[in-house]
Amino acid sequence: MLDLSKFQATGRETCFHDRHIGAQIYDRLDGRNWHLRDYEARGGYQALRKILGLDGGPGMTPDQVVAEVKASGLRGRGGAGFPTGLKWSFMPKNYNGPKYLVCNSDEGEPGTCKDRDILAYNPHIVIEGMAIAAYAMGVSTAWNYIHGEIFEVYQRFEEALDEARAAGYLGDHILGSGFSFQLHAFHGFGAYICGEETALLESLEGKKGQPRFKPPFPASFGVYGKPTTINNTETFAAVPWIIRNGGPAYLEVGKPNNGGTKIFSVVGDVQRPGNFEVPLGTPFAKLLELAGGLRPGRSLKAVIPGGSSAPVLPANIMMDTTMDYDAIAKAGSMLGSGAVIVMDDTRCMVKSLLRLSYFYQHESCGQCTPCREGTGWLWRMVDRIEHGKGRMEDIELLGSVADNIMGRTICALGDAAAMPVRGMIKHFRDEFVYHVEHKRCVVGMAVSTT
Amino acid sequence: MKFGESTLARFAREVAKYPADQKQSAVMACLAIVQHEQGHVSAEAENAVAAYLGMAPIAVHEVTTFYNMYNQQPVGKFKLNVCTNLPCQLRDGQTALDHVCQRLGVEPYGSTDDGVFTVQPSECLGACADAPVMLVNDRQMLSFMTPERLDELVDTLKAHAAKEGN
Repeated sequence: MLDLSKFQATGRETCFHDRHIGAQIYDRLDGRNWHLRDYEARGGYQALRKILGLDGGPGMTPDQVVAEVKASGLRGRGGAGFPTGLKWSFMPKNYNGPKYLVCNSDEGEPGTCKDRDILAYNPHIVIEGMAIAAYAMGVSTAWNYIHGEIFEVYQRFEEALDEARAAGYLGDHILGSGFSFQLHAFHGFGAYICGEETALLESLEGKKGQPRFKPPFPASFGVYGKPTTINNTETFAAVPWIIRNGGPAYLEVGKPNNGGTKIFSVVGDVQRPGNFEVPLGTPFAKLLELAGGLRPGRSLKAVIPGGSSAPVLPANIMMDTTMDYDAIAKAGSMLGSGAVIVMDDTRCMVKSLLRLSYFYQHESCGQCTPCREGTGWLWRMVDRIEHGKGRMEDIELLGSVADNIMGRTICALGDAAAMPVRGMIKHFRDEFVYHVEHKRCVVGMAVSTT
Repeated sequence: MKFGESTLARFAREVAKYPADQKQSAVMACLAIVQHEQGHVSAEAENAVAAYLGMAPIAVHEVTTFYNMYNQQPVGKFKLNVCTNLPCQLRDGQTALDHVCQRLGVEPYGSTDDGVFTVQPSECLGACADAPVMLVNDRQMLSFMTPERLDELVDTLKAHAAKEGN
């Protein structure tokens, strides 16, 4: 392949910098030390040895592992924030047949690029976390479903798998124990919807990724109709630390009901965009500072705090909030995937929403009518308003269409398309009105003519 | 269409990741391999992959047409996907797309007459902190693509294509 490395990111900007706070997952990474021997030198695979009783200790039963994860307060890092230990406890215990485990590395939520750096620079932490999860749930086969657009990261993960197999951390009778576990990498090929867990399962089965109606939930009917648990990359990456240090210590790092560290991708109008691993409960103002703050002379206008599907929040609310599931929910949005999209005072909210609405209509899988028709309708209306052809009633209609998508679809993509619209109109209604009345933009940017 | 030994070996490595009765799980990987080797996924290739995996051809076609990255038509030697989603847009992603298109004299989704370049706007590549970002031939992620770096990239790719006789 043609060498284009001079045009590629090194990870220095996003991952190995000194602006994390109490990093557990990104701890001591430098881009070169992703190999197995480096991971072991950082204490890697000690948690797996501990549960298998290979560290001189008594070992842990699967139930004890689940209890430890429950005690940690670890919540799903992919978007929904569901308690991980509780999810694991849903897997049937005395099931006669294969059960499966899946890692959701289909990181396509606009704004998010944290899992990419975990997989590229610390892949073994995900392998160890998955092995521990598999032990806890009696699973012997798993896949890591990796975003199609990050082929180089997929290749890196395949290399890490080879290293782990050669060292006896994966395969039959791991480290001479009675525990066997096979893990494979799956490479996606470009479909936002496959980040939705049941769409991902369909894709893993070799089909178009259209979400399944729930119930039944994956814990009873997952891959190939077998019990399956799906967790996000960062969720698995948190597990080895929890097993080594104990659940209560992890909970202590964050705040009640919001245990541990979280990696935030801070993107958009900041001076030093990147990934920042900080304790949950860190003030947004601190996170903004880590990302270098705004460009000189600019002021904060709005933030989408949890990936593009999360409702936008105005600056004053954001500057008063801390970055954790409960605080962001209380502020009227959601922590989501941890992608923090920062917008300064030069940004037009109509134009921003137009791009997001285009995205959702493009990525709707077409299965449910409210989403298939509604997302296109939203996009066309925002497009009219942006281009000076909007009518005042369009603003009400936007809200009405969004309301009628919400909760009326099989999966959350419909909600994800509706929530940004509702958030924008709730907090920045005046800009939409101005666009309709004056056929131009309130922040002085010309209405685009394309 | 008959696949060669090395292609079949690549297919087999993917099939081995799944239970013996679930070969269909490898369809996306097999189609990606076909695209890597042939530049796009033709109907003949879909039929051959279907035969290899024991699937109905229409089930394979459903996959090719569902996922954004499969080329259903031939593309240029270098397919450039420039992200224009909101986080990139806030960091000049649209400027990057416009610059490449203007430099190459193509419209978005178009190809140059010499068949060297195809330029496509794309949805989130998952590298938002490195914006503007672009993907070359589905595999190489390029970051911080300012107009200067884009010019240098285009020159590099053109020189490579010229060396290979395009």
